[in-house]
Amino acid sequence: MASITLKINKKNYEVDVDPQTPLLWVIRDHVGLVGTKYGCGIAQCGACTVHLNGTAVRSCSLPVSSIGGSEITTIEGLSANADHPVQKAWREHDVPQCGYCQAGQIMTAASLLSQNANPSDKDIENTMNGNLCRCATYNKIKDAVKSASKMS
Amino acid sequence: MTLIKTKFNRRSFLKVSTAASGGLMLGFNWACSPPTEIAKKQAPSAWFEVNAYLSIADNGQVTIMSPNPEIGQNVKTSMPMIVAEELDVDWKDVIVKQAPLNTDVFTRQVAGGSQSIRQGWSSLRMAGGTARKMLINAAAEKWQVDPETLTTADGVITNQNGETIKYAEVASMAAEMDVPEEVELKDPKDFKIIGHGKGNVDLEEIITGKPLFGIDTKRDGMDYACVLRPPAFGMKLKSFDAAAAKNVNGVRDVIQFGDKVAVLANSTWAAMQGKKAINADWEADSKLEDSAFHDTKLKELLNKDGGEVRRKDGNPENQFAAADEVVERIYESPFLPHNCMEPMNFFADVTAEKVELYGPIQTPAGTRRRVAELLGRDESEITVGMSRMGGGFGRRLYGDFVLEAAEISDKSKKPVQLIYTREDDMTAGIYRPAIKYKIRAGLKDGKINAYQLTEAAINSNMYGILPNNFPAGALADYEVVNHKYDSNITTGAWRAPYTNFLASAEQSFLDEIAEMINTDPVQLRIDMLEKAKAGFAPEGNYEPDKFIGVIKLAAEKANWGNKEEGVFKGFSAYYSHNSYVAEVAEVVMERNKPKVTKVTVAIDCGIVVNPVGAINQAMGGVIDGIGHAMYGDFAFANGRPQADNFDNYRLIRSSEAPQVDIHFVESIESPTGLGEPTLPPAGGAVANAIYAATGKRLYKQPYSKQDITLG
Ligand code: FES
Ligand code: FES
Repeated sequence: MASITLKINKKNYEVDVDPQTPLLWVIRDHVGLVGTKYGCGIAQCGACTVHLNGTAVRSCSLPVSSIGGSEITTIEGLSANADHPVQKAWREHDVPQCGYCQAGQIMTAASLLSQNANPSDKDIENTMNGNLCRCATYNKIKDAVKSASKMS
Repeated sequence: MTLIKTKFNRRSFLKVSTAASGGLMLGFNWACSPPTEIAKKQAPSAWFEVNAYLSIADNGQVTIMSPNPEIGQNVKTSMPMIVAEELDVDWKDVIVKQAPLNTDVFTRQVAGGSQSIRQGWSSLRMAGGTARKMLINAAAEKWQVDPETLTTADGVITNQNGETIKYAEVASMAAEMDVPEEVELKDPKDFKIIGHGKGNVDLEEIITGKPLFGIDTKRDGMDYACVLRPPAFGMKLKSFDAAAAKNVNGVRDVIQFGDKVAVLANSTWAAMQGKKAINADWEADSKLEDSAFHDTKLKELLNKDGGEVRRKDGNPENQFAAADEVVERIYESPFLPHNCMEPMNFFADVTAEKVELYGPIQTPAGTRRRVAELLGRDESEITVGMSRMGGGFGRRLYGDFVLEAAEISDKSKKPVQLIYTREDDMTAGIYRPAIKYKIRAGLKDGKINAYQLTEAAINSNMYGILPNNFPAGALADYEVVNHKYDSNITTGAWRAPYTNFLASAEQSFLDEIAEMINTDPVQLRIDMLEKAKAGFAPEGNYEPDKFIGVIKLAAEKANWGNKEEGVFKGFSAYYSHNSYVAEVAEVVMERNKPKVTKVTVAIDCGIVVNPVGAINQAMGGVIDGIGHAMYGDFAFANGRPQADNFDNYRLIRSSEAPQVDIHFVESIESPTGLGEPTLPPAGGAVANAIYAATGKRLYKQPYSKQDITLG
């Protein structure tokens, strides 16, 4: 066990965990922010996507010991008033079905737009391809990412 | 207006205290209006429960209980919309809350078979309509006028002098009124909420990551539990050693139950690690089957005489004998896991006094019964709360994981949150059974003169209604025969049970027949349905006119007759779960591989309650159907599932999903379901489009594995 300090959504959290524990489970079970989801545990589905210093990463496959002082942003901290352009676009298009994969989809899309404000259809497709949606909200996701890129 | 007798279970109108205040109402869903609008509204200080479905607050807000489990089919939005419509309130004032299991006041709290809306339609309308009537009666008493002279709109009652009173002002009185014997329901043309797109009521929580799903459950003193189960179907536990597991940091307890071993820990990860550290020995207690064996068995059955005749019209044998040509094709499909994105999980707290169950379950009532039996408890001691579900697709009809959670909590005397890893979820499944169909058609004078469908399935056969699906009713000499092989692999309902593959097979077959008899595939179906209409054969279970309606609409919207350079089209139409759907898939060749780019869909599901949600369901069903027809594969070797996670099981991804264009037939008929019916036609539409593009007929799913050019 090791005592580790994590900076999540601009707040510091002290956790006492096995350093090998994936960031996902530390965020969900120890810190108690459950918006980040578990889908596969092997970096295949994107449900667990969070931002590490602004870049989308799969938290299920990152041991908490590897995080250091990096800034972690989860869906709960993406914006103060649910008004990130991606969230607005998600509202406008009413994207979710069951909703389970959506936090991961939103975090992936937000990271894409922060690096590429004007993504092409191909850029969107390539980036969003890492996020599975069993309900197949794919059409709406593409439309919403495009709308969000026009907002920002 | 339509006058309808209130046929309610009287207990649903038992008036609970008139001022159910504060506490009860915490945890509301504020999502119907954007957060800023809600902030402006004063918090309510009193709520008046008019009936089990709805309460009205003194500030004008209305709480509507959504009775059925939400698996992503959007009933948590669309069912309350129906109540709100007949109550005649502004949707902006509505707060939706998930009702817990309560068989005394709600009917059929099940998510399955696309039946929530269809079967809930009348009771939901009456719940709203009855409450409206009680509010009117209260206002009439206050004003001392005839209730018949009063009108309502947006939560306000108006009398003949133009005076108004808000629902909120008479809600406490209304809650004390007698339940009316009769209520007037709206004429569909007056609907203001139904038929108008409303956003998902959980949207704000979803996009901000609030705890909504069963897997998000956290309680004081709770342990996380992971379970080690037999690695193969046909194996049982011989012995195990838990010493290493108990040494894993965070592991609190290891418990055996039946052939399974549960590891309880202070985090999900610790429970998962503990599970891995268990040293277990297994032994076979029945046959360890594999896919090659199933293949042989099912093929044998297809060619075997006998079998159960599910429907027989006319004299197919004679007609086959008289045919110019008999066409016979075999269609094959593998097992499929459900793969809900949220793995199976459930919370249970079993104590001497009570049993609390909470989580994602499609069948709360049936599951409560089974838990009561398992634990030897009375059902009245057991409460079941329903969380939003990260998908269902049929898997959560089976409460196996709830029973596990209950048993672990009972044995450990702790509140327990059971979580399946993805590997557990995929390998301890209740799979769509592998099925093969043999379809034979006699052709005579350019027409189908006999038709025979033979099914060979693992474990179970098509439901009683399916042999009456089209093309039954359109062919005078028609027969459906079943065979099954009983396996120890667990199988069950999977989104659009049986038709999910049956439709692919039959719709591909009809396409091939159309080509053989030189008829346009759309025209072939219309011709057959015209015959069905003319009473040419004993009836099928569909209305031919509605069927023809969607076929023509899809063909028109997809420009069926117009050839477009480089675009290849495939047609398919199917009636299932009380809805009619026709689809045209478009395929283009990209680097010598066919790519599905677009699907045009026409649907007749009666009144579309919520167009926004309906479009989501329809898009999802089509892409899901294509994804599984193209890529879904699940094999067994020595009883062991050969795929266990998304690195070795392929689900359709964003870049493979076509654009889906949806068109609804305008209707004033009672709504039917939409969670399933768009899925069955999708596989056939794609197979037929791929044939148009490549000249290759596809007989075996997944299509991507039949021909490398499809991979
Ligand atoms: S849970 Fe991390 S990618 Fe699937
Ligand atoms: S919305 Fe259900 S998995 Fe994506």
